[in-house]
Amino acid sequence: MKMEWKKKDILLIIVIFAVAFLAYYLHEMIGTKGAGSVTVKVNGVIEGSYSLGEDQEIEINGGTNRLIIKNGKADMEAADCPDKLCVNQKAVSKNGESIICLPNKVIVEVESSENGEFDAVTN
Amino acid sequence: MKNRVAYFGVFTALALIFSYVETLIPISFGIPGVKLGLANLIIVIALYKMKLKEAYLLSVVRVLLSGLIFGNYFSILYSLAGGLLSLTVMAFLKKRDGYSIMGISIAGGVCHNIGQLAVAAFVVETFHVFYYVPVLLIAGSATGLLIGILAGHMLNRLVNIQF
Repeated sequence: MKMEWKKKDILLIIVIFAVAFLAYYLHEMIGTKGAGSVTVKVNGVIEGSYSLGEDQEIEINGGTNRLIIKNGKADMEAADCPDKLCVNQKAVSKNGESIICLPNKVIVEVESSENGEFDAVTN
Repeated sequence: MKNRVAYFGVFTALALIFSYVETLIPISFGIPGVKLGLANLIIVIALYKMKLKEAYLLSVVRVLLSGLIFGNYFSILYSLAGGLLSLTVMAFLKKRDGYSIMGISIAGGVCHNIGQLAVAAFVVETFHVFYYVPVLLIAGSATGLLIGILAGHMLNRLVNIQF
């Protein structure tokens, strides 16, 4: 058994990697467009659910926090708490991501309209 | 050859043992679903040493047995799809000259993952699992390469044994 690389081996590997990168970019481009929704909870109680598909401004908890949905992403724009951790957090858009404002007990959680990323795991 | 049945038994036992050894290795690649696939080492060797029909039989027998012992109904389904697709592609590439054992094993590793993913997509009834394709392609190439190198070295040492 000769353990030498042949030309077709290299070609095969290049094709596999090309397909992998192509699939990755396709997913990056298509995957983020599927509009999900954000669920807003205050003190554990669901205050409302809003689509990520349309741009809107949401006043949460009677105005202590203001959430802005723009371009399919939800971002906390203002909060009356002193630390502003939630405001400084990046915008969320993918399933399972969340913005949490502890002082006001506000939780903003993304629920993608598509299924969760891990439906099944085998080993 | 009269010892064919005995050799087949040995190969089956080896494949099963490798499946078991694999469950003992605590290495996680940090990615769910990615594993070394040590049992495929035996399949690759069988591909070079046995008749294709026997290699297929070995593949099915080892999937059924290891599935019943270490896994469950679904793991049999996944492994069967992966194993058969992998073996088919490897046999095809082997017939066409110009691929080394590493190349053939890489194709096998990748196809193993693709076959499993196809079943996963069918079982979960969503094509969303295909976002996982890039990960599995790269992982399959890496494990396939490793198995190919191992199989090559083993075949060099088994050169006097012909089944």
